[in-house]
Amino acid sequence: MNLPVTARRHGNNSTHSSAAPWARAQAQKINGAVHFGSSRKSKESVSGSCRPNGTSEPRAQKAKGAVHFGGSRKNNANVSRSRKLSGSPEPLAHPAALPHGILGAVGKEVPRPRGNGSLGVVTSVPGFRVVGSVDVPALRSAREKPTPPAMPAPPCTSCHAARAALRRPRSGQALCGACFCSAFEAEVLHTVLAGRLLPPGAAVAVGASGGKDSTVLAHVLRGLAPRLGISLQLVAVDEGIGGYRDAALAAVRRQAARWELPLTVVAYEDLFGGWTMDAVARSTAGSGRSRSCCTFCGVLRRRALEEGARRVGATHIVTGHNADDMAETVLMNFLRGDAGRLARGGGLGSPGEGGALPRCRPLQFASQKEVVLYAHFRRLDYFSEECVYAPEAFRGHARDLLKRLEAARPSAVLDLVHSAERLALAASARPPRPGACSRCGALASRALCQACALLDGLNRGRPRLAIGKGRRGLDEQATPGTPGDPAQTPTPKAVPTF
Amino acid sequence: MCQVGEDYGEPAPREPPSAPRPSREQKCVKCREAQPVVVIRAGDAFCRGCFKAFYIHKFRAMLGKNRLIFPGEKVLLAWSGGPSSSSMVWQVLEGLSQDSAKRLRFVPGVIFVDGTCALRLAPGRIPFRKGKRQISHSSSRKHGPAERGLEGFPGGRWPHTLLGSTGAACGRSPEERAKTLAEVKPILQAIGFPWHVVALEEVFSLSPSVLRCSSQEPAAPEEAYKAAVDSFLRQQHVLGAGGGPGPAHGEEQLPQPRNRQSLLRPPAAAQTEALSHLFCSVRTLTAKEELLQTLRAHLILHVARAHGYSKVMTGDSCTRLAIKLMTNLALGRGAFLAWDTGFSDERHGDVVVVRPMREHTLKEVAFYNRLFSVPSVFTPAVNTKAPEKASIHRLMEAFILRLQTQFPSTVSTVYRTSEKLVKAPRDGPATGDHSPRCLLCMCALDIDAADSATAFGVQTSSHPSQIQLTPQGPCCFPGGPRAQGCCQGASRREDPQACIVEQLCYGCRVNMKDLPSLEPLPQYILAEAQLRTQRAWVLAELRDCLIEDSDDEVGQS
Repeated sequence: MNLPVTARRHGNNSTHSSAAPWARAQAQKINGAVHFGSSRKSKESVSGSCRPNGTSEPRAQKAKGAVHFGGSRKNNANVSRSRKLSGSPEPLAHPAALPHGILGAVGKEVPRPRGNGSLGVVTSVPGFRVVGSVDVPALRSAREKPTPPAMPAPPCTSCHAARAALRRPRSGQALCGACFCSAFEAEVLHTVLAGRLLPPGAAVAVGASGGKDSTVLAHVLRGLAPRLGISLQLVAVDEGIGGYRDAALAAVRRQAARWELPLTVVAYEDLFGGWTMDAVARSTAGSGRSRSCCTFCGVLRRRALEEGARRVGATHIVTGHNADDMAETVLMNFLRGDAGRLARGGGLGSPGEGGALPRCRPLQFASQKEVVLYAHFRRLDYFSEECVYAPEAFRGHARDLLKRLEAARPSAVLDLVHSAERLALAASARPPRPGACSRCGALASRALCQACALLDGLNRGRPRLAIGKGRRGLDEQATPGTPGDPAQTPTPKAVPTF
Repeated sequence: MCQVGEDYGEPAPREPPSAPRPSREQKCVKCREAQPVVVIRAGDAFCRGCFKAFYIHKFRAMLGKNRLIFPGEKVLLAWSGGPSSSSMVWQVLEGLSQDSAKRLRFVPGVIFVDGTCALRLAPGRIPFRKGKRQISHSSSRKHGPAERGLEGFPGGRWPHTLLGSTGAACGRSPEERAKTLAEVKPILQAIGFPWHVVALEEVFSLSPSVLRCSSQEPAAPEEAYKAAVDSFLRQQHVLGAGGGPGPAHGEEQLPQPRNRQSLLRPPAAAQTEALSHLFCSVRTLTAKEELLQTLRAHLILHVARAHGYSKVMTGDSCTRLAIKLMTNLALGRGAFLAWDTGFSDERHGDVVVVRPMREHTLKEVAFYNRLFSVPSVFTPAVNTKAPEKASIHRLMEAFILRLQTQFPSTVSTVYRTSEKLVKAPRDGPATGDHSPRCLLCMCALDIDAADSATAFGVQTSSHPSQIQLTPQGPCCFPGGPRAQGCCQGASRREDPQACIVEQLCYGCRVNMKDLPSLEPLPQYILAEAQLRTQRAWVLAELRDCLIEDSDDEVGQS
């Protein structure tokens, strides 16, 4: 491995990259010093020689940041090309073997370029709110210990070259931004490979909501796609929630344009006979703020995603569920005694029984904090705002508990995921093999799938029919309702009291 | 079932539906005659007699339903001094003194593990400041129905005695320890069972064999039980013919009076020092509590084996089990929930742990103890006076109890869900005795040797440094069928720490991460770890010569 090769590689990368023009410019500026290696040894030897000795010099830091981005782009987008160029097959089986962006110290010292169109942060969401809410450990420790400004951060424990910018929540390891990002990517890669989630040649539909999880998932998978031999598409669902979904969809559109990924948006309105979530909300409670909205929305979104993935000819669906989601779910299922779901859940996804597309969750071992950290260091633009309809009350308890547990023991989230995977339930608790919905043919554990049952209730003006104890009233007759008609609110008689 | 909490309209007002306070005219729901004294569930008022019958029936039904304890069997009652286990001991005492038809027919003994070793806490580890204590205390005492019932509990020590701990490594002076023992002894003497008071320091003189599962051939339970009853009755008949009715049957088979009590030997100062060193080195309260539980379990197991007890009864209540279930879930012990919270726990093979109090809620226990003045002893535990967020255990306890006040069915829901868990691992058949066991908790290892995504999740969380640094990782990863793969035996043999960690289950690995060094662990654990490593290494060496079929036997011997 010699320097001219790597430099040329960078030139290639930057000309083809659309991700970060400012980084490209800087990388070109200093590309004589740029280096990355696939083996640890060469990495260290060269990095030692080209590291600027005055690390507190602002100029040097800028250069470091630039190099990091050059290196990281190589990890993600142009992997196949760089592999061809270097001719060295990179072992994929082990995360340690992945190349790191070595010199990168993307910490708080690096001046953050702002006002760049391609990196614009959604205006409604201040970028700092996102970062601040997750309490990035490096920042926190800086706050707690008022160290003199000259005191440097500890060196990254992985590359030993850059200064550490964060402490990994799961292990307490101090890492620089670049090493963290490559470790994160390596772990997702390992999850996909070890779980055999996405076979080569798969056409993968990424369920994109514009939020942090799906943004990070799409970004990571886009980088890994050449290695995995998969093709990616974004599928977004428009639930028809005024004032909320439009902004999120705008973020998805920007992502799709920047990453040059095909995007398909499927709308509830088209799929479900004119029902938007706003119409459902009006119909269910009249007030427009009912907690059962989330029940409808969740069931229908699942169906819509499946439908959207089919339309674009996808063979697999991936969703951005992270470890926190899994942990919350298992806590919640215990608290409400849902043995059926405990028995069903836990795996990395469903293999696609009964004609449904296989689904998986490649981020399942990444805690929410790490996802947000990744988005922060990769400077991803995402939309983070709560839905206008009330959040789920019961999940709130589980979420609250999880946050406290994580504070008491940082690995608690992963421990819960591990537990969820290992739960052994009695055979009687397992749900029966699902059949097919008599109306739409989708996977269903009853005569009607949940989506059809809910829609059925809505269309008959009795939206509660398919929920909870109301299910037994499915066969009853009722007056038909129409989607946009607020006058068709359920009569008091139709609402069973419990 | 799935949509609990996704109700319509605005959430119901938070305060629990005000149960109508029993009026003067209301009678006991059972006998409809007597004046009710206690309300168990919403609206169910019991009179004193009916409550007692209800309580006793629950206990005996739990034993009768499971038919696990054979007549004449020696049973060790693990008594911590707390309300639940005290109540359990009293139940057994009453059960033995009843008239013949209903009398319990096993032979009990009591063990009290004195964990109040004189530990010097590292300064500032757990806040013991007065103000802080009161804050956390009062906040965990919101007025839920369950807690309201406990307010009147003697001493009002309820949040602390909850854990059912025998007190622990919590920095008490020898005088306080003597005081506890002075409280414990009269109660033990009043009970009159053979008793064993053991200091936690004795873990330092345990032998490695404690950690071995000595399996016994499990007979078909139903027939075995019947056969045992038959032989017992025959024996009774002979005895009856010989010497008249005599006193309680148990007395006959008891060893000589001089052996009946094993008094606490004052532990050696060196051992106390070692124990306090061990506990002080543990970084988190969570790991401390887990370690204490593990060591105590080993000690009880040792005493049970040494004195020929084949069952151990613990006083875990329904509330406690629900909390324990959620706690263990959060500690990564999902694979062992059924072992940790089920009625019986056969992980040790010859000694089975039984939990007969598992249907009693803490509220019932507290009321029973109060109404029938069951004595209990308060011994501070590691987590006593610790703030709520100090450990996973405390957090989960506070969470469940708080939720219980809002949703009164929380505990029973969790408990009922736990009954649907089974002991076999999730996929595939139950692994027999041949599968490797965790060194500490003695459950079958739940760590994947090979290519599942979990293996990666586990390893990154436990050994981040190894994942990053060991270049030979990949050759183990796609993995041979066994954990003792290509490079493990050879390269890690030198590092005893890694050897021990390798033999732990996921949850214990996470706990041991909070120990900076495993050196201070008691010798029996280290010795057994070394032995197992050596055996695995020898096995790997001999693999070429061995015929495939003999593999298991060598590994097991």
